[in-house]
Amino acid sequence: MLISMNWISDFVDLSGIDKMKLISQFSLSTAEVENEIFHKGNDIEGIVVAEIRSVEDHPESRKLHLLKVDIGESELVDVVCGAPNVRVGMKTAFAKLGARIGEITIAPRKLAGYTSFGMCCSEKELGLSDNNDGIMDITDDVVPGTDLKSVYDIDDIVFEVDNKSLTNRPDLWGHYGIAREIAALAGRDLKPLDTADLSVYERLDKIDLKIEDPLCQRYSCLQFGNISVHKSPVNMRIRLYYCGMRALNFLADLTNYLMLEMGQPMHAFDSRKVEKIRIKRFDKPFTFRTLDGVDRPIDENTLMICNGDTPVAIAGIMGGLDSEIVEDTSSLTLESATFDAASIRKSTVRLSHRTDASMRYEKSLDPEMTVVAVARFVKLLTDIDGQAQVTSSLTDEYAYHYPQVSLNFNKAFVDRYTGIEIENDTIVKTLRSLGFGVSLKGDDFSVSVPSWRATKDVTIKADIIEEITRIYGYDNFDVHTAAAPLYPVRSAQEKTDEDRIKDTLVKRYSMHELHSYIWAYYDEYRALGIEIENNVELINATNPNIKTLRRSIVPTQLCQVKYNTSYDSDFAVFEVGRVVDGLRADGLCDEHKKLAITLYSKNKETEQLYFELRDILAVLADDIKHEALTFERAEATHSYQHPKNLNKIFCAGHLLGEMGIVNTSVAKKIDKKAAMVYAEIDIEEFAKIKNAGILYAEPSKFPEIEIDLSFVSDTYAPIAQAIKNADCALIKNISVVDTYKDDNGRSITIRLIFSHPERTLTKEEVLEVVNRIASELEEKNIKLKNGVQM
Amino acid sequence: MSEKTTEVRLAFLSALEAVETAEDLERIRVEYIGKKGYVTELLKEMKSLSNEEKKTFGQAVNVLKNEVNDAIAEKREALKQKEIELENSRMPEFDISMPATLSRGSYHPITLVQRQCEEIFRSMGFTVEDYSEIVSDYECFESLNIPKNHPARDMQDTYYLDNGQLLKTQTSAAQNTIYKKYRDQLVNEGKPIKAIFPGRCFRNEATDACHENTFFQMEGVMVDKNISISNLIFFMKTMLSEVFQKDIKVRLRPGFFPFVEPGFELDISCLICGGEGCPSCKHSGWLELCPCGMIHPEVLKAGGIDPEEYTGFAFGLGLTRLAMMKYGVKDIRDLNSGSLKCLDQFTDDK
Repeated sequence: MLISMNWISDFVDLSGIDKMKLISQFSLSTAEVENEIFHKGNDIEGIVVAEIRSVEDHPESRKLHLLKVDIGESELVDVVCGAPNVRVGMKTAFAKLGARIGEITIAPRKLAGYTSFGMCCSEKELGLSDNNDGIMDITDDVVPGTDLKSVYDIDDIVFEVDNKSLTNRPDLWGHYGIAREIAALAGRDLKPLDTADLSVYERLDKIDLKIEDPLCQRYSCLQFGNISVHKSPVNMRIRLYYCGMRALNFLADLTNYLMLEMGQPMHAFDSRKVEKIRIKRFDKPFTFRTLDGVDRPIDENTLMICNGDTPVAIAGIMGGLDSEIVEDTSSLTLESATFDAASIRKSTVRLSHRTDASMRYEKSLDPEMTVVAVARFVKLLTDIDGQAQVTSSLTDEYAYHYPQVSLNFNKAFVDRYTGIEIENDTIVKTLRSLGFGVSLKGDDFSVSVPSWRATKDVTIKADIIEEITRIYGYDNFDVHTAAAPLYPVRSAQEKTDEDRIKDTLVKRYSMHELHSYIWAYYDEYRALGIEIENNVELINATNPNIKTLRRSIVPTQLCQVKYNTSYDSDFAVFEVGRVVDGLRADGLCDEHKKLAITLYSKNKETEQLYFELRDILAVLADDIKHEALTFERAEATHSYQHPKNLNKIFCAGHLLGEMGIVNTSVAKKIDKKAAMVYAEIDIEEFAKIKNAGILYAEPSKFPEIEIDLSFVSDTYAPIAQAIKNADCALIKNISVVDTYKDDNGRSITIRLIFSHPERTLTKEEVLEVVNRIASELEEKNIKLKNGVQM
Repeated sequence: MSEKTTEVRLAFLSALEAVETAEDLERIRVEYIGKKGYVTELLKEMKSLSNEEKKTFGQAVNVLKNEVNDAIAEKREALKQKEIELENSRMPEFDISMPATLSRGSYHPITLVQRQCEEIFRSMGFTVEDYSEIVSDYECFESLNIPKNHPARDMQDTYYLDNGQLLKTQTSAAQNTIYKKYRDQLVNEGKPIKAIFPGRCFRNEATDACHENTFFQMEGVMVDKNISISNLIFFMKTMLSEVFQKDIKVRLRPGFFPFVEPGFELDISCLICGGEGCPSCKHSGWLELCPCGMIHPEVLKAGGIDPEEYTGFAFGLGLTRLAMMKYGVKDIRDLNSGSLKCLDQFTDDK
């Protein structure tokens, strides 16, 4: 919202005050002011009033005229002018030689053979309106040669307040409310509004009015007519323009002016169309044509202003085309009302039609304002148009009063909340300057909230703290730390684990951490042939490409791998992120925090990559939990999984997740030549695993015995199991030293290292263990080859 | 007989002179002092000598034997030395000017700034909390004093889910749970609630270089008996000075957020110009950084805390924005793009 300092000065004496400083103070104490502040009139200088004395057509140009103008000097000035509206006797704005308009300094200038000693200006050229149809037509009685800036309020400082920062301040949607804040900040008095005395019209008839719906809080109206002025006074038009509104005609301008001044939207109907004003909702939906000519769908929730049963306006949003003022309108009905803010807001959203009026109504306007606004309207109307007449008495139905809020607190409350010392006198003075009623007994305050702040904004004691402190100024606060007892701070296991996992993956395995989205991007999934699996869905995404939440990070990660195939021939990425695995029994999303890893290589075979990944996972478990992993073959159930080598990952009895190879068809779409393996584990489940800790064992001082055994077996698992079953404390280390395949099958050579902490082992006791292992395997038809190598 | 020893000695010395390898040396050793070596053979000739001569000759042969032994040992050492020198000389000179190969991973920039912030707050006694991304209307709005139809809901375009839940629009959605979690410790043990909760938030809006539908925030709260606006300003200034590693000026402006009262917009002195005014702060000298305020009494109440007895402050820091400011990332979409060309640059940064 644009604010004119001239307008503010109507209500506060700002003489001797640095206005720029005041604006920045306003920004710090009340509402955000945009950075750019407009110094209106700064860019024009030396513009005077001129009277056109003669007009001749240019002999060679159809557009140009040769004028002689009186600018209050001894001689008339020759001017070449292209405006269509020139006429003898017309007064206009004139840029004399040496005058400045923006970057241009006016000098004698030859136009089609004739020299022009100055320039007649349009309102647009002077920045006073967007009217460029012709030169400015001054109808006020002014002597030629007078500086235009002394006639009209051209010089002004205009600043823009961020509308968002006014969301909770219905009182600041007009200049008068802003002036109240400025007055409080400047320590000056706020002048009362100059209004007409409406009681003189009491003997006139009332308008037939009835509020039939609680969504209308107050409806005030008045009839008037006999309007003789059609164009608004220049100063009024300048203010409207400076504040971002186009001047239209006097009546429209006046209602807009009132809205900008008081924040109260107003509407004027043709009285013939509103003989029986009824405010209500309709049972059935219908279409209604607003004054902008658009047919709008009205439903049973939309509050309407009606003439009897005929709707004439959408309450608080826009008038209807049928009740608009037309050429033969002689009597007008002025509406000044307040409506339920939420209802207006909902209707605005439903109609997707936001107007200057609805924007204000949405904020919960002060119902006390409606009548004052009418009185102010009548004052301005009759001041400007001496012939205008009020033709009804004020008709006012006040159905819903604003809440009377009074708040009690003491100085200790203020001290505790602020943490600083603010004098009682300062508190009283501040609150009074903002219109609050304050009484103080000792250190006890009793505060009553003014109507314009009571509709929703100020309701609790903490709101009063804000009023006191913002005017006091946060820059003036003495700041200090809080005194609080000390306690150790422990991090959640999940957090610590997550950090350590990331560190290991980044630092030890040179992996890159990525973030992706919690939903599937349909086009990306489709490009890779990854199925979008049924899951919880977004119901209102504006982007049609997203809807279904992901059940796993793996597919979103594969989309990102695809994006990076030109990055390097080998890379590894991971993400710690969240997934949703459908709904839980209680109907809430089954959300999990997961770690997903993908290894990508153009140089390595899938098997090598697969075991690299397996070892990485094993290191994470060993490093963070001092536990080993076990695996269990699983069936592929997702489109991105390869049917083979999919394994469930277990650690200390917890199912952590799965690792596998990327499905061939998906992998080929990512990169025809690269190997890709992935794993996904549940971070929350991982965090549940207790750290087994470090079990220190002193190395034996006695010699070790090393034994190599070769078995013919397809897998290592039974061998590991047999060694485990041997349950021998003397085995200090087990390793696989060789594997190979020949006609007899796969051969696995293991090396066992035996030692005893207190003595030298005998061959016999070691062989006893070895034989137990070998015979258990023998039973499973796994043969020991080449005997025992010691 | 001394001629004989002299003869053998001279022959030995000349043979030793010619030795170049360990093998030659061993051969000579065997040749002279092996079981059948020349020196050993000399001793056999003693049988024919008188006792007197035996003594003299025996001594001379022993001297020779020791001499040969020592000379061989010396030569062996010299050969070893020579070999090491040879090996040393075979080592080529490396070209250290070749560029280094950096095989290293990277953290997501959000992880980096999040860790920096966490560390600062941990050092000030705050716990770090984690929270789900999918929350209820109650968590995200109702419990934060944003009832249905509140205009504040318009400011946050929310992604709603078909089960009635929603993707959290703000980390404040964790406030209620955190108050409830620590309420008893606050009331019964007098432990102030000091917590931060970083997390991912979502807004249903179109994306461009400055807007993302998925971004990170970090919320912080402190609740105790006498937490004041003055404390809030102190903590914000201290924390932000630590984050940016320089003395930051802060200023508060009134800001409207339903879950705080009073609510503030916090600005910091421009990091580029220090407050003089430059294009990056639109010549104002200030950057709008984070909303904050005193926790609204209704919000405390919803968390089971009596607002008459306790007060607190809350703030919300945009981690994504912070990361962009800190590292000069211009397009917010780069962060979730997965582009390694962008993201591999973010190595550890403590």
